[in-house]
Amino acid sequence: MKRLKSVGELEKLRKKIISKSERGQKRIVTSAGTCGIARGAIEVAQAISKELRKKGLDREVSLKVTGCQGFCEIEPMVVIYPERILYQRVSAEDIPEIIAQSIMDNQLVERLLYTDPATGKKIAHEPDLTFFKKQTRHLLDSNRMIDPYNIDDYLALGGYSALAKALSRMKPKEIIDEVKNSGLRGRGGAGFPTGKKWESCRVAPSYDGIRYVICNADEGDPGAFMDRSVLEGNPHSIIEGMIIGAFAISSHTGYVYVRNEYPLAVQNLGIALDQARKYGLLGQNILGSGFDFDIHISRGGGAFICGESTALVASLEGKMGEPRPKHIHTVVQGLNGRPTNLNNVETWANVPLIINNGAKWYSKIGTEHSKGTKIFSLVGKINNTGLVEVPMGISLREIVYDIGGGIPNGKKFKAVQTGGPSGGCLPEKLLDLPVDFDRLSEVGSMMGSGGMIVMDEDTCMVDVAKYFIKFLTEESCGKCVPCREGLDRMLDLLTDITEGKARPGDVELLEELGTMIRETSLCALGRTSANPVLSTINYFRDEYDAHIKDKRCPARVCKGLITFSVIKENCNGCTRCAKVCPQAAVKGEKKKAHKINQELCIKCGLCRDACKFEAILVS
Amino acid sequence: MIELTIDGIKARVEEGTTVLEAAKSLGIIIPTLCYYPGLSTYGECRVCMVEVKGKKSSLEASCTMPVESGLEIITNSSRVKKARKLVVELLISSCPKSKKLQDLASMMAINKVRFRIKEKNCILCGRCIRYCKEQMQSGGIGFVGRGTARRVGTAFGAMPAECRHCGGCEWVCPVCELACNANNLVDGLCGGCQNLALVETCEICVKCSEAVGPRGHKAY
Repeated sequence: MKRLKSVGELEKLRKKIISKSERGQKRIVTSAGTCGIARGAIEVAQAISKELRKKGLDREVSLKVTGCQGFCEIEPMVVIYPERILYQRVSAEDIPEIIAQSIMDNQLVERLLYTDPATGKKIAHEPDLTFFKKQTRHLLDSNRMIDPYNIDDYLALGGYSALAKALSRMKPKEIIDEVKNSGLRGRGGAGFPTGKKWESCRVAPSYDGIRYVICNADEGDPGAFMDRSVLEGNPHSIIEGMIIGAFAISSHTGYVYVRNEYPLAVQNLGIALDQARKYGLLGQNILGSGFDFDIHISRGGGAFICGESTALVASLEGKMGEPRPKHIHTVVQGLNGRPTNLNNVETWANVPLIINNGAKWYSKIGTEHSKGTKIFSLVGKINNTGLVEVPMGISLREIVYDIGGGIPNGKKFKAVQTGGPSGGCLPEKLLDLPVDFDRLSEVGSMMGSGGMIVMDEDTCMVDVAKYFIKFLTEESCGKCVPCREGLDRMLDLLTDITEGKARPGDVELLEELGTMIRETSLCALGRTSANPVLSTINYFRDEYDAHIKDKRCPARVCKGLITFSVIKENCNGCTRCAKVCPQAAVKGEKKKAHKINQELCIKCGLCRDACKFEAILVS
Repeated sequence: MIELTIDGIKARVEEGTTVLEAAKSLGIIIPTLCYYPGLSTYGECRVCMVEVKGKKSSLEASCTMPVESGLEIITNSSRVKKARKLVVELLISSCPKSKKLQDLASMMAINKVRFRIKEKNCILCGRCIRYCKEQMQSGGIGFVGRGTARRVGTAFGAMPAECRHCGGCEWVCPVCELACNANNLVDGLCGGCQNLALVETCEICVKCSEAVGPRGHKAY
């Protein structure tokens, strides 16, 4: 790898790479992000490699292993180029057949094709899947064409052309204006206008001229993995964004603070940084512009609170990760007391797009105050689990039903939780709400970093509130009283409610506590921590009342309030349930109706899952 | 010099002064716990909350808030009192034997503690830590752990070499002093000087937050 000394050399290299790449030739692409690897993607990739060699095809047919492409529900997936035939849930054993049919011949392996849950029809080509068709994949689309261990793939797609443009044809002020005019708002949760933040950092005085740029990759929201797939699958998009930002702000040192629970992301980012340095895209005199900049990786220690910007800076400095009041902003005095610009992974990844295509193009997407696209992690009771990238302003209904494919097993939609532990649960009546920063906040939730958890009729909303509060009590830094003690007492109250030990007036006390925590907490984690409880009380009060007044859990989830019993009429004594019961609580003779011993039953639900005759009743 | 308004009264203070100090200069006492003059401000207890006119999203801790020109602060609105009362109620439920907290409770007319009493005997205000580090220049103690497991401890649980046995940590602690009825608490409250009957004792109420003794006052 030769060091590039100018923008001209970069373009020459790019042309060379593009002409060398096997366009039109057959190519097999399989995705191996963390999600894919968990489902056997590495074995699939190895099987492909082995089979191609076995059949002597390894010179004509290339294999590309990418990061997460976003359709996690069907991983491991295998896509045959150039036709883009998509095979879902592939295992290593399927590979010889795929190669024989689709590579050596022109046949499809029908049983591995994706079936559209709405029409029941099989779809062969990747771009025809509704899941992909209805998205606007400006950021994620590249993931299907990039091997994260090879910077040349990024270059082939036009990577680092935004950097070349910024360094050679734009002045720092122009770059900041472009980002301001694009309307880009921070994707980490707060939605602060990015251009404004950059400008404040640039003008903030620094006695020795040092300024820092930081990428917040401490994605901690349960159910959110948007940043992970950008970090794993397209780390250069972030690096390029950071170099452009650093140039605009006049910073020469950058940090990526990435949570240690993302080992693949840490690894891939490290490799990407290394390769960028080898090409001279990082380091001294980048592309001959005279601009010096380098990026260091700093790993988190496992604290959700370190995703909060002031706590992150404290952690980077080696101190305990606890927030400080923001009267003096991080852009004025941040890391080591110097002006520091901190942005989220997705925010940085949007920067090259804006520089290449212009603020005007970018601001055409989205709503009046929320521009651009947003990646959401759509999880929970949904058919098409995965990452969806959509323009701001799309409705929740379109995301859940059109792209998400609706609720599995014919169950009824109940709520969608947005924004992680800082967000709220929105009921069916709000499904037509356009998704953007302000609209979501108005109804008691927030966009947050983009987590979207879909819930159905079998979800207990009180249990959901309890889950989020429990998460927050474990992750609270413990510095201030309202968050540390207040959340602890909220958890006590919610636990009592789910165990049938609540007293009348508990909901009002929860509301009082929630309001106080919001008014007095030191940081945003505390201030927004009451949202899950307050929004569920607001929209699902009837469930709380049922738990408190009737000691009943309508969704039949709260273990203290449900009973498992055998429906005698349906039970034929097959003994499946008795065999799986971990407490030996189900007893009965073969071919005779069984009975559950309530004293031993721990309500684990294994019997219900095992029964093929719907003979287990949960009441 | 910065000019701001606190409870309708104009204050003129130097830049860098906190709202708490500015209020004090006007004779307006805002209750505090983790604040200690001479030590750095920490902003942990959230008792000194004040309302900033025009800001609806949340209150502000006056001990850490620097003064700004034109700021309008209210120290005793019902929104502020409600928040402070609940914060102290929470504190009592985790540290009931403290005299300082029981006094605050009586001043704020807290007559009931609605939460489970969990005797943690520390409000994690960090005064001891800041005293040791800043006043004694030692730094032998610090915070350990996160969330409800957070406590004041030493490195590796060992006796720090820096400790000079000055006793400052115990002296500066706001909850070390036991309430007189500490062992006879009724549902978390000592009941010693309970403010059960609100009595107006000041001829003209200027709505300060000062406790005026066991006969109570009108402010809370």
